[in-house]
Amino acid sequence: MANPDAVDWDAIIRDPRFQSLHRRKSVFLWGLMILTVSYYFLLPIGTAYFQDIFKIRVWGVVNVGLLFALSQFVVAWVLALIYSRKASRDFDRMAAEIAAEYGGAPAEGNPRPVGMRAVA
Amino acid sequence: MSYRWLTFSVFAAIIAVTMYVTYVAAKRVRSASDFYTAGGGVSALQNGWAIAGDYLSAASFLGIAGLISLYGYDGFMYSVGFLAAYITVLLLIAEPCRNIGRYTLADILAYRNDPKKTRVVGALSTITVSTFYLTAQMVGGGVLVKTLIGVNYETSVIGVGILMLAYVIFGGMVATTWVQIIKAVLLVTASLVMVMLVWAPYGFSLPAFLADIVADPKVQARVATLLGDPAKTMSAAELGQRFLEPGLYFKAPIDQISLGMALVFGTAGLPHILMRFFTVRTAVQARRSVVWAMVIIGGFYLLTLFLGFGAAHLVGPATIVGVDAGGNMAAPLLAQYIGGGPDSFLGNFMLAFVSAVAFATIVAVVAGLVLASASAMAHDLFVGVIRAGRETSPQGQVRAARVATLIIGALSIAIGIAAKGQNVAVLVGLAFAVAASANFPCVLLTLYWKRCNTGGIVTGMLIGTIVAVGLTLVSPNLTYPKAVKAAAHKVLDAAPAKRAAASEAQASTDPAVAAKAAKDLAALDKAVAKANADLVKWAGEETSFMGLDKPLFELKNPGVISIPLGFLGVIFGSLLFRDRRAEEMWNEVYARQNIGLQVSKSVAG
Repeated sequence: MANPDAVDWDAIIRDPRFQSLHRRKSVFLWGLMILTVSYYFLLPIGTAYFQDIFKIRVWGVVNVGLLFALSQFVVAWVLALIYSRKASRDFDRMAAEIAAEYGGAPAEGNPRPVGMRAVA
Repeated sequence: MSYRWLTFSVFAAIIAVTMYVTYVAAKRVRSASDFYTAGGGVSALQNGWAIAGDYLSAASFLGIAGLISLYGYDGFMYSVGFLAAYITVLLLIAEPCRNIGRYTLADILAYRNDPKKTRVVGALSTITVSTFYLTAQMVGGGVLVKTLIGVNYETSVIGVGILMLAYVIFGGMVATTWVQIIKAVLLVTASLVMVMLVWAPYGFSLPAFLADIVADPKVQARVATLLGDPAKTMSAAELGQRFLEPGLYFKAPIDQISLGMALVFGTAGLPHILMRFFTVRTAVQARRSVVWAMVIIGGFYLLTLFLGFGAAHLVGPATIVGVDAGGNMAAPLLAQYIGGGPDSFLGNFMLAFVSAVAFATIVAVVAGLVLASASAMAHDLFVGVIRAGRETSPQGQVRAARVATLIIGALSIAIGIAAKGQNVAVLVGLAFAVAASANFPCVLLTLYWKRCNTGGIVTGMLIGTIVAVGLTLVSPNLTYPKAVKAAAHKVLDAAPAKRAAASEAQASTDPAVAAKAAKDLAALDKAVAKANADLVKWAGEETSFMGLDKPLFELKNPGVISIPLGFLGVIFGSLLFRDRRAEEMWNEVYARQNIGLQVSKSVAG
């Protein structure tokens, strides 16, 4: 394993592949984050200010509020699915390529990150 | 209790299994890394279960099922919030933390900042958050074990404490992880079986199940009690339907949003949850473990809907409140009912099993919290600050960790006993509030903002913690004797007139009116007794713990104010105290958090 101090971090940051990874990841992650967190906050906002809508019965005694709360579970799971597929198809491969080139162990299959040296 | 032997056997069986796991694990703990992170040798699936085991505390299992059984829809809001919290963890926190950190939250903060200062604030904040959470768990656990198996409070707290200490001291993170996995599997299995039994009679139809809840007179009576006067004009069907609508528990709209913020951002700042990401080897595995955790945690919280409503329908809110005012016994009582009731063998076996799972839950969560605090004390404060610059041998590090565990564990037992009878529900909220207002802004900005530095971390930690704790101390969460006594006087003053009216109605020839009057009289007697008890309890006290007549801050949850202030603290602190090294290190931090080169380097500096 290469000496950690030998890694040229500035070169990695300048590398167009890293730039591309950074851009795609940022747009994707923060976009999903804003979308799903906004969706979540619609729940407390709805129960507080839009109770009339939440009380509308749509499926027997089941009302909009209950379905909306249940939809939060679906959204969270779909988000996890979308992100892990996107990450394992794109981000992981790009990160591993860059890591391999700059002398470190790749993101996956790092050696035991332990006991290598005591805290300095 | 003729079935007490059964309860004891089930408890003993579960404890024996966890003790065996600890015995096996103890042989594998040789280095600090083994102790704090199980040597990084946990798989993503195992870690997903362990995260669920760490997160699904008794408060969420017993507490949320109870809230749903007593308040309907509003209780389920908690379930949604606890799952939504993992969106932040998955997208922004888990992978970078794995790439940058090693054992503790402070490792992440210390990476590009002044290691001593950030380790001190990071460790103190870890210990603060964990202690709040820990106290709530210890007190809740003491009360629970007392209710479940009838031993006294102090014995239960000491029992929980000693068991937890045995796991952590001997088995470190290896044993803690396995205890959490076992407990999570038991918890999910027990809940799943109960939900199947409750839901199957309706052919697994949601509307059919809920229609029965709405039509239940016990549920309707509960809603009528909660609503008070406005309920008088409502039909029975309307009252039942109201149970599925928001607003029975939460009254202040901003408070709900504030709570939501604390949950969604606080989870990502809980030190014992962050610590779990260091037990896997790579960022990819950290991500996979969060995905597994989201499946397990989400699935479990979906089940709480059926557990809560099922308990309301089959056991009845009045019975649940009769056993425990906070509703914590809803799930165990439901188990007993499903098994055949209090006189049957199966009913008591199910009660014993669910109780033992609840007990295992408390011990496992407490173990995770103590491990997080102990690592902050031993790894950050002792090895990182006090012995900074000197080599500490692997044996020395493990010894320090064990001594720290013993100190934190003894402290938690002492606090648990001292806090007997206190209202500790506020402490879980406070732990989330501090985590969201102090830890989360610091961790997020040091990972994603180039200019973040030591000054920002220290300022943000202080402001976030002080504002969150300060606002809670002057909030309606505390007891205000003047208000309690005023309410008691009001009840007593109104009592004679009410009693006269009810007595008159009782003489009525209409049996329905007479029956209702008799009920009213019984309720009035209860209210008067409680008012008198309150007057005695608070006699001679005029002000709250903080010396206030009434709350200065009207919200129960400080998040909506303290979280933005925490962020502003980090931002202004960073801009005010510029630090070139932190900015020069940015490229390294950012490149590493994205591609994860050489995790071991993270402790240097």
